[in-house]
Amino acid sequence: MALLEVDNLSIAFGGVTAVQHVSFAVERGLVYSVIGPNGAGKTTLFNLITGVYTPNEGEIRLAGESIAGMAPHELALKGMARTFQNLQICMNMTALENVMVGAHLQLDRNLVKAMLRFPGIARRDRELKDTARELMAFVGLASYWSLGASSMPYGALKRLEIARALAAKPRILFLDEPAAGLNARETAEIDELVRKVADNDVTVVLVEHDMKMVMNISDRILVLDYGKKLTEGTAREVRENPDVIAAYLGSNV
Amino acid sequence: MSALKRHYVLIILAAVLLLLPLVLPNNYYYDIVIRMAINAILVLGLNLLIGFAGQISLGHAGFVGIGAYASAILPTHFGWHPLLAMAAGAAIASAIAAIVARPIFRLKGHYLAMATLGLGIITAIVIKNEAAYTGGPDGMPVVALALMGFEISGEKKWYWVLAATLLFSFWAARNLIDSPFGRALRALHGSEVASQVMGVDVVRYKVAIFVLSAFFASLMGSVTAHYIGFVTPNIADFFHSIELVTMVVIGGMASIYGSLVGAILLTALPQALSTFEGWETVVFGAILMFCMIFMPRGLVPTLARRFGGRESEGD
Repeated sequence: MALLEVDNLSIAFGGVTAVQHVSFAVERGLVYSVIGPNGAGKTTLFNLITGVYTPNEGEIRLAGESIAGMAPHELALKGMARTFQNLQICMNMTALENVMVGAHLQLDRNLVKAMLRFPGIARRDRELKDTARELMAFVGLASYWSLGASSMPYGALKRLEIARALAAKPRILFLDEPAAGLNARETAEIDELVRKVADNDVTVVLVEHDMKMVMNISDRILVLDYGKKLTEGTAREVRENPDVIAAYLGSNV
Repeated sequence: MSALKRHYVLIILAAVLLLLPLVLPNNYYYDIVIRMAINAILVLGLNLLIGFAGQISLGHAGFVGIGAYASAILPTHFGWHPLLAMAAGAAIASAIAAIVARPIFRLKGHYLAMATLGLGIITAIVIKNEAAYTGGPDGMPVVALALMGFEISGEKKWYWVLAATLLFSFWAARNLIDSPFGRALRALHGSEVASQVMGVDVVRYKVAIFVLSAFFASLMGSVTAHYIGFVTPNIADFFHSIELVTMVVIGGMASIYGSLVGAILLTALPQALSTFEGWETVVFGAILMFCMIFMPRGLVPTLARRFGGRESEGD
């Protein structure tokens, strides 16, 4: 059974059908990419699966369990994590604290115990700080851990989102354009990082514009165009598909 | 981090509170310090809501009023023990906060401000109109607070009670913001969608912190009522709410010790400006404007940044 199964998924905003009858399945341990021209519905698809939007129609199953229409915080409990195309870093906190928030569900969140600083809470927070530092080192941010998030450069914040998502120990990680706005060297580093994440038994679903990166690291690729599934397959299959070439370069080519 | 390093400001504060009675010349100054402490605790609770969680409340004095009048009415009209009345007030304030919080926190920004404003105004109106119990606009006397035969009365006794309460509040608030609960609270302020994706049930957290700050506001309302020995509806009115919000903003949003500084300054300022005779409100306003233009982040965060201190107290 595939880890993630999406079946006949649709959503419309007013008269515009942003995602239309899309079905696909992601096997465990893969790097699965979603590509398509601007406005193809990639981010909308992400928002549907991660609970930010509720689908009008269709079914989403995570490890066989139906999850369509669940709130994002409920999906986090099921082992789902994501990053955002437009950064969603908490600028009012330090880099390390941002990563620590990622581990929210693994912690004792009791208000009274927190106010009286029960020994268990203090101890667990100390352990978590070490874990969070390791995660920051893992994504290549070892030198940033004491900084406030607001004083970090853009490229570092992109990785900080990945570290935060990993702190949740997800089964499946959705990365929405992790290389957007990065230069070639930074993109190559993200490329390497995504592979490293996948090697650690986290299934990665990726939306990305950088074709070189997508072709490099994806095990399978889904192509969307105007909210519909155009094709799906390995990098080679997708690259040679005439419909894909037409969608990207225009039908007369 | 050792407890000593973690709480060094608190230790300095404790030392100051311990030594202060040596230099306070008379009850007038005790009175000012006590009012500062009451305001500081109120402002701290409000700062958790406004500064840390990023949710505005313009009706906070309503909760102060509920506590104050519970402590006035229940012992006088129904013969309740003052401590029980205080607890009942806090329970009522918390319950009201919890009931209205869910619909209120669906709203954002200006709408949230309007909803809390309405809540505060309704409370003030009820207090003014139920004259049979509350004495109406004239107010009513409050019985003294006695614990096991020991009566807390007079500025000196209240000073120690409030010094201890102040230290405990700041210790607890400092602990709270540096805990999983507190980080979730700050995270939903920083990015609501990101915190949701990390598993934070944002509505639950907003409700919890709103109820907590209402709880403490009510307790401090009760304390104020017992300390002064008399309550008037002014304690619940809109201007008191605004005063508290101003203290939060001037001292510094999302700054624990900013709450203390804001409360001290805005409690002391009207007294210090009384020499301006009639112009004090103008000078007061000018100082507030000056602060907001040159230190929009509030006093403590601005000064901490300028003198190379840490960016936030949360780390």
